[in-house]
Amino acid sequence: MIAPASNHALEVLNLRKAFGGLTVTQDVSITVRPGERRLIIGPNGAGKTTLFNQISGDLRPNSGWIRLFGADITHFPPYKRAHLGLSRTYQIITLFAGDTLQHNVTLGLLGLRRSRWQMWRPISLYGDLASEARKTLDEVGLLHLAAHPISEIAYGEKRRVELAVALAQRPRLLLLDEPLAGLSDMERATVKSLIAAIPRETTVIMIEHDMDTALDLAETVTLLNYGRVIVDGDRDAVIADERTREVYLGT
Amino acid sequence: MRWLGASLIAGSLLLPPFLAGDFYINLASQILIAAIFALSLNLLVGFGGMTSLGQASYLGVAAYLSALLTSRYGFGHGAAALIAISGTVAMAGFFGVIALRATGLGFLMITLALSQVLWGLAYRMSNVTNGDNGIAGLTRPAPFGFLLDSPVSFYWFALIVATIAFLMMTIFVSSAFGASLRGVRDQPRRMAALGFNPWLIRWITFVYAGFWGGVSGLLYVYYHKYIHPTSLSTTSSAEALLGVIAGGSGTLGGPVAGAALVLLLKNYASAYVERWNMLLGLVFLFIVLVMPSGIVPGVSSFVTKLRKISR
Repeated sequence: MIAPASNHALEVLNLRKAFGGLTVTQDVSITVRPGERRLIIGPNGAGKTTLFNQISGDLRPNSGWIRLFGADITHFPPYKRAHLGLSRTYQIITLFAGDTLQHNVTLGLLGLRRSRWQMWRPISLYGDLASEARKTLDEVGLLHLAAHPISEIAYGEKRRVELAVALAQRPRLLLLDEPLAGLSDMERATVKSLIAAIPRETTVIMIEHDMDTALDLAETVTLLNYGRVIVDGDRDAVIADERTREVYLGT
Repeated sequence: MRWLGASLIAGSLLLPPFLAGDFYINLASQILIAAIFALSLNLLVGFGGMTSLGQASYLGVAAYLSALLTSRYGFGHGAAALIAISGTVAMAGFFGVIALRATGLGFLMITLALSQVLWGLAYRMSNVTNGDNGIAGLTRPAPFGFLLDSPVSFYWFALIVATIAFLMMTIFVSSAFGASLRGVRDQPRRMAALGFNPWLIRWITFVYAGFWGGVSGLLYVYYHKYIHPTSLSTTSSAEALLGVIAGGSGTLGGPVAGAALVLLLKNYASAYVERWNMLLGLVFLFIVLVMPSGIVPGVSSFVTKLRKISR
């Protein structure tokens, strides 16, 4: 074990994950400062989402450590990580399709509250849950759709709910997995401004392919390829780096 | 419209003792018992997404415990009921730990296997359970001095318990915990990422369903004054599952309607049609084809359509 030092938001140390003979994360080490905006790039199959899944606890690494604000969370189940301030969104929309927008955001709020165990009181009686959920929906510009079920709204709006569910938790570390995937230019601009508006108390790590938009949001960039960190550092340095051109941007 | 529906339901529940003969009053009592049982199963199947083929275990074990304690060990009904329910809940806690190692089909198979073990025990441990002969000659309790021996008095008793059960389960599924349960059913991965513990939510629900299964078992053994291994059998579990699905799983009225349908067919139609099982199968087939989500959701969407047309 390595001594718990650090004022880092996230430390990933020598992480390794293999599916059978296929190694998808190879000796990955990353540190992210509190408040940082980090962009993770890399070609398809570079292991970006797999890395996210290990940080959030959906996948267990074969070896290595993950520390969240100094706490060793390598062997924590996902729900415990959420209670330490970790929140994430998904590349493939993962919402509660039959429920209203408000209910979706409410579940995000409820996940971190003790009242989620309450069995003898209808959830509709929690006024503070409702008003906070509506406030979060207002922040992403969807308050007018609060009472509609997810299955009835447009794809671009679902992307914003995906974000709202995570934002409602006021996370200390937020993982965004392709928040702009499949959006039109106008919707991109909307989501971009939402991400830009996330307060500095929240550290953001984002996987995104849309470089034009994503680079504006990022301060630091990590380039992954075949499960390895190829380049890691300040945005402009990484973009200027020879290896980035070779692996990702094309010559 | 809403008041019409409510008064229809209230009427059909409150009037039988005044209008109907003993046969129908008894049938109504049995429907109430089956409804509690189906509602308990529906917590797992409809709201938790955990399809179980072993819910009869909880009905059967509570019934057997009460029967043995009162007839063989000289316990009073109150103490026997308390021990029977505690024992059933403890068993549900233990079985839940085993069955919830899996989800989906694996879960179904484990619940089936566990219920088969209990059924086998009830059949073979004849020195305790009386085996295939069952335990006969039981009595009904007299809560607060009220004798439950007549069909009408038992009906009132069953109606009170069923109403409490219905209300408690309604509040349960509409609570914050119920919202967590439905969330875990629909998106377990997201729920875990949001801070919910899916396993614990499922386990608590499993135990709660076991509790109400046990309550229905007590009423069952009080009503019949007799208990036989078949009440623990897979057939008994499957019949309730059929009722839940036919009535509309994941709704509150569905299991009640489904349980009523199964019992009406079983008791009423069997007087005229010898192979009532075949009739049940045909009715079930009809429901699945015409209203795939069940009677209650099917009828309510039909009513909504009618209203739209009439406008």
